Amino acid sequence: MFPAQLTYHRAGSVAEAVQLLSDNEGAKLLAGGHSLLPLMKLRLAAPAVLVDIGRIEALKGISASDGGITIGALTTHAEIASSDLVQQNAPVLAEAAALVGDPAVRNRGTIGGSVSHADPASDQPTVLTALGATFNVTGPGGDRSIAAADFATGLLENALNDNEVLTSISVPSVPSGAGSAYVKFSHPASRYAVVGAAAILSVSGGACSSASVAVGGVETKPARASSVEAALAGSDLGDAALDAAAAAVGGDLSGDPMGDVFASAEYRRAMAAVYVRRALGAAASRAG
Amino acid sequence: MTVPVEITINGKACAGEVEERQLLVHFIRENAGLTGTKVGCDTSQCGTCTVQLDGVSAKSCTVLTVQASGSSVTTIEGISDGVDLHPLQEAFWNNHGLQCGFCTPGMIMAASELLRNNPSPTREEIRHGLEGNICRCTGYQNIVSAVEDAAGKMGGR
Repeated sequence: MFPAQLTYHRAGSVAEAVQLLSDNEGAKLLAGGHSLLPLMKLRLAAPAVLVDIGRIEALKGISASDGGITIGALTTHAEIASSDLVQQNAPVLAEAAALVGDPAVRNRGTIGGSVSHADPASDQPTVLTALGATFNVTGPGGDRSIAAADFATGLLENALNDNEVLTSISVPSVPSGAGSAYVKFSHPASRYAVVGAAAILSVSGGACSSASVAVGGVETKPARASSVEAALAGSDLGDAALDAAAAAVGGDLSGDPMGDVFASAEYRRAMAAVYVRRALGAAASRAG
Repeated sequence: MTVPVEITINGKACAGEVEERQLLVHFIRENAGLTGTKVGCDTSQCGTCTVQLDGVSAKSCTVLTVQASGSSVTTIEGISDGVDLHPLQEAFWNNHGLQCGFCTPGMIMAASELLRNNPSPTREEIRHGLEGNICRCTGYQNIVSAVEDAAGKMGGR
């Protein structure tokens, strides 16, 4: 299999990438290529122009920033999985990065490419939604920011304009003492998340003082599980409380989950509660 | 349309004129004539096309040749001197880590990265490190044993 005919440009800077996108209608950005190229080989996508941003150094790396960390869009899953800064500030992101695909995929796949692809079965969009991350974007008119929860707009669709580039992701540090976890039901061949659940829980005086929960893979974009969060607030995070909270995830789903030959919509919906429960259990055990 | 590319493969500069849509695995096999690297599933799941790209393992069916222009690639042909086998090759042979051999180049390229990052892996860690590589003949017991054996020979344990 090979992609349809295309014209390839290698951008030397973000400004050049924005210009190339503006000059070529329908052009697509190429980073690691591990989401886009498989689609192109299957001819599910056939952009006439590719703008390769994969060698722009300014888009790489992880740095400490005010209240958290900033992750360049081209940072690979392997780099995130092994980063001390991520481990210290948002360990759930490293936990999820280590579960993406397989080692070779993690070496090439980037966080920016993964979230921009907006595949509901990918891991990091769910985690970044739970973390309340912010996506930083550059376009012809300058820079703007988009909340993680608003970034995916539907199946394989995002909030970027055609000539905008996602440059970095700002991730707030999880509160000191918080427990966090990401668990997924991996598709056995592709390792994509049939269901993925992220939870960040804080405890104060034996009671849950804050909860942030998101679930992905079930619908066309990750959902913040506000019903689960509400059920956890003030609870003792014991087994009964976690059971009841996880069961509430049905209220956070639109009632229109995706289904395919591997996992039906009903099954995904049932598994959402199971995996949210596992994420809550793991996060609660790490809190305090 | 074709464009000029140059990729260093196993230490040797390989230049060519390729279609912009060409995949790296086809450049390696057809332009450079190195057919040890295989095309299997062609969907970046089976791992038989695994090579080292700028020092880390990559599935060469999911990289465009033009993307890799200017980079260095090591293929299965590049891991030994052509006379003596690499300890991983020797260990796959001694432990019956293959039947048809189609997955073996990718297995060995993935295993070499695993041993570079973790010279003394447990059997569980070997399985985890090879999870992007699929074998349809043997099952994985002998493959894991081969990597374990090579780790010992390479000084990891």
